[in-house]
Amino acid sequence: MTQDFELAVECCLLAGRLMMESGAETYRAEDTMDRMAISQHLTQSQSFVTPTGIIFSGSNSLPTRLVRISNRSTDLERIALVNNVSRKLVNKDITLEEAYSELVSIENEHKTIPLWIQIVAASIASASFLLLYGGTFKDVPTALIAGGVGFSISTLLEMKTRVKFFAEFLAALCICLIAIFSVTWGLGSDVDRIIIGSVMPLVPGLLITNAVRDLMAGHFVSGVSKGAEAFLTAFAIGAGVALGLSF
Amino acid sequence: MAYWMQGILSFAAAAGFGIIFNAPRKLLFYCGIVGMTGWLVYSYIDDLSNDPAKSSFAGAFTVAFVAHLMAKRFKMPMIIFSVAGIIPLVPGGSAYNAMRNVIEKNYTVAMEYASVALIISGSIAMGLVFAEIITQLLVKVVGRLKVKP
Repeated sequence: MTQDFELAVECCLLAGRLMMESGAETYRAEDTMDRMAISQHLTQSQSFVTPTGIIFSGSNSLPTRLVRISNRSTDLERIALVNNVSRKLVNKDITLEEAYSELVSIENEHKTIPLWIQIVAASIASASFLLLYGGTFKDVPTALIAGGVGFSISTLLEMKTRVKFFAEFLAALCICLIAIFSVTWGLGSDVDRIIIGSVMPLVPGLLITNAVRDLMAGHFVSGVSKGAEAFLTAFAIGAGVALGLSF
Repeated sequence: MAYWMQGILSFAAAAGFGIIFNAPRKLLFYCGIVGMTGWLVYSYIDDLSNDPAKSSFAGAFTVAFVAHLMAKRFKMPMIIFSVAGIIPLVPGGSAYNAMRNVIEKNYTVAMEYASVALIISGSIAMGLVFAEIITQLLVKVVGRLKVKP
């Protein structure tokens, strides 16, 4: 019976870690872990989740476990998959062993959308924003290029260096320079709107929504830290644009 | 710009963000729909009132409310739908103008733009909060109505 509980705790921790690594809200990770634990008769479980680590205690007799979350990215599909597994486990559609193996396969085998499709999507989103904010059709090609280049720089640099603020800073700087050069060479007409549109894919939208929702749910530690991360990212983008404009 | 054009553009932008954030492929269309409704409400209220705080509040409220409805319908986490929809409402323009004026050393104008950006972010947050609370109340009321008869 003790063996069973250990696997249950392991399963809860894995689910929580996967959710936090893919950018779920803190309260959702806690909620998922608690529900899974209760469905495995660990009725006295306690979980404490922050954006950088999870503390989980199964019951009074089991040892308390700590898991560190080192890399965070945005992967909404993985959140949905983990959510699905926990839902099935709570409804007793699958056993604990099946749930654990499903979670392990989500961790190892889940593939994200290929990078080039993401870059194309970022370019299209930039061009749409340019037009939504009142830009002209003449600026669309520049926004397409600047948006794609900015997004790929920020993603690739973040993969290589793991310093998010520097990546966003450089990406914003490049976008700004592309916009300025295209206007000087007569390819575009409105520097401001091109920059605003192309910078949009870098905006920390997930962090903003998560920070608000976590603060609402009473998770002040994670809410404030996510808010600080969003603010720093926005500040890095602003500093990049500012440096570009000052040339 | 005509509303149908804005609709298409905001749909493309929100679906594009769905791809960037790696949303489940089946749900990309619905992410786009959420973003489109949010932007159209934002744009309509903006035309009526000419006040960015009001229109951002209305837009964020709509995005979060529709996202909650979709989350209930598809039994998926709500943020999948709301994240892409919130981004078009972010005060990129005012933040940019604030930055630009700081560089040109017009600090008073920069402060003006920065406070507008701050107020807009605050109203987006309030929109999210209100939608969350109203959906929670609705779920309770509907649940009670279902139990009674």
